[in-house]
Amino acid sequence: MAEKTKELTGKKYPLSFHLDVSDFLPAEESEKQSAVVMRESISFWKDGLRRLRKNKLAMTSLAVLIIIMIFAFIVPEIYPYSYEQQIRGSENLGIMKYSTQELERKANGEFVFPHILGTDSLGRDYAVRLMMGSRISLIVGIIASLIILLIGSTYGAVSGYFGGKIDLIMMRIVDIIYTVPDILIIILLSVTLKFPLEYLAENVAGFKWINTVGVGLISIFIVFSLLYWVGMARIVRGQILSLKEQDFVTAAKALGAPHSRIIKKHLLTNCISTLFVTTTLQIPSSIFTESFLSFLGMGVNAPMPSLGSLAADALSGIETYPHRLFLPAVAISLIILSFNLLGDGLRDAFDPKLKN
Amino acid sequence: MGSYIIKRIAVGIVTIFLVATITFFLMYLVPGGPFLSEKSPSKQTIEALERKYGLDKPVYIQYLNYMKGLIKFDLGPSLKMRGREVVDIIKTRFPISAKLGGLAMLLAICIGIPMGIFSAINRGKWFDNIVMVICTFGIAVPGFVVATVLMYFFGVTLHILPTRGLDSPAHYILPVTALAFYPTAYISRLMRSSMLDVLGQDYMRTAKAKGLSQFKSLFKHALRNAVLPIITYLGPALAYILTGSLVVEKIFTIPGLGRQFVSSITDRDYPLIMGLTIFLAFLLITMNVIVDIVYKIIDPRIKLK
Repeated sequence: MAEKTKELTGKKYPLSFHLDVSDFLPAEESEKQSAVVMRESISFWKDGLRRLRKNKLAMTSLAVLIIIMIFAFIVPEIYPYSYEQQIRGSENLGIMKYSTQELERKANGEFVFPHILGTDSLGRDYAVRLMMGSRISLIVGIIASLIILLIGSTYGAVSGYFGGKIDLIMMRIVDIIYTVPDILIIILLSVTLKFPLEYLAENVAGFKWINTVGVGLISIFIVFSLLYWVGMARIVRGQILSLKEQDFVTAAKALGAPHSRIIKKHLLTNCISTLFVTTTLQIPSSIFTESFLSFLGMGVNAPMPSLGSLAADALSGIETYPHRLFLPAVAISLIILSFNLLGDGLRDAFDPKLKN
Repeated sequence: MGSYIIKRIAVGIVTIFLVATITFFLMYLVPGGPFLSEKSPSKQTIEALERKYGLDKPVYIQYLNYMKGLIKFDLGPSLKMRGREVVDIIKTRFPISAKLGGLAMLLAICIGIPMGIFSAINRGKWFDNIVMVICTFGIAVPGFVVATVLMYFFGVTLHILPTRGLDSPAHYILPVTALAFYPTAYISRLMRSSMLDVLGQDYMRTAKAKGLSQFKSLFKHALRNAVLPIITYLGPALAYILTGSLVVEKIFTIPGLGRQFVSSITDRDYPLIMGLTIFLAFLLITMNVIVDIVYKIIDPRIKLK
């Protein structure tokens, strides 16, 4: 009997106060492991990325975008032709064709890099122009969206946080900008802005950089940032309105945090997923509008190509050189499609509430 | 309801006034004048012309004069097309764009709404998948791509459809298709998601439980609720499409309002720029008010304030 009790409880006598020393040894690693019930904590970004990785469509779009970006940003730098270089005698070449001069040079044993997509009517290599055009479209899309993010989130956050009369007035302004016929104002603005910008670039010392970026491009940025932040501002305001009632904001206020800190540190960081997703979905719509403007001849300045202006230039020679129209058309559609699908994927992964 | 409409109209007038002011001063920031592009204009001619149209006066007086005219719906004469009033130009050009845009929107509604409904009913089946793929592409492809590709295949390669002007009914096919492409894709997608939303509601289950036929429950209960987001989209979209797509009119050389706007800016035809901008703003605001009223008719629960 006594033996059996000892086996069960480790004690000689069942009711004694005898303590087993082995019970008080520090726990071993394996015992600690078994006590951990919760899984490893996953950060917000890790969680979202894990969900994103499961979305095949979004990952394919991401891969397509990365390939396009390599072609747009890296390949033109090592490409033997430049986008503005006019090669005399090589005008209007077809795909993989050489001009007579280039054939002669080839016959002499020189290596002549082929015009993979031919040349345009001024003898410029079309492949490199197409890549530069994609670069411009991507830059416009991304930078314009970042500007929109900056203005829209600040405006929306201030309006939502202070509320009351300030909110009323600020949102009235947004409503008015919403009803303004945007396409017309964009066209008008981009024409208007060209001249003061050119003046700045030529006459004021600190603004020489405008010429290197291009007046057309800068005016597109300004136009987008003046008109298109309203959507972002509305979304952010809606989020802030519900966030500002929460306890952590009251706590921050009680601790004496200034308004700017509450907005920056507490409110905007809490709607980061919305900001992230909305900005990504803004990129294709900026690219869309830029290509449209360039197609009408109001976008980037002349030697610089954009996918829209390449397509517009190809319109007159559509019967003989259809590829010059189709290639930029395919490129722009592919870029917009990929950004749309990636944005949808990001929304599903990071901000399921936003889905509608 | 009545007081709501009056309030909306008042806000609309203020908006139009603001748009007119912004456009007016933006326009005058653009260097160059309407008479510079003419063949070797002498200084005297330019001055005489400027005096004739009141362009020699300070900008604020010009502004006040214009606003005075605007109250009386007088948009002034065109500076480029001599002897023609801006109102006249809008009157002759707008029907062209409106006919084209109206047909395109009609096509988009007739295809988009049924497509959206059927893919919502057959969710996850092959029909739904095909529709979703088409819509995703349709939204991603810019209008000028659709228009030029259509023109290339049907006009240039196959030679079966005319691509320039609007002389016969056949001339309408390509531009209308090009204009309708994006709205069709957008409406199908919107209709599908809103239909899916409605089909999951309790009242749809009730309708089914009380033995309503699928056809009846779909058209009487679901459609009426699901169509609301489409109407929100249709209002502004219709205003834009009626005033003409700039791109489609450029590609198919159609003398509509959209092309007129681009050329008025390059010509610095100040009254025409103003007139067209105000006209579009007016159309947009009117459409938005109409949308709100239609909303109220379709869904009486909505309170307008």
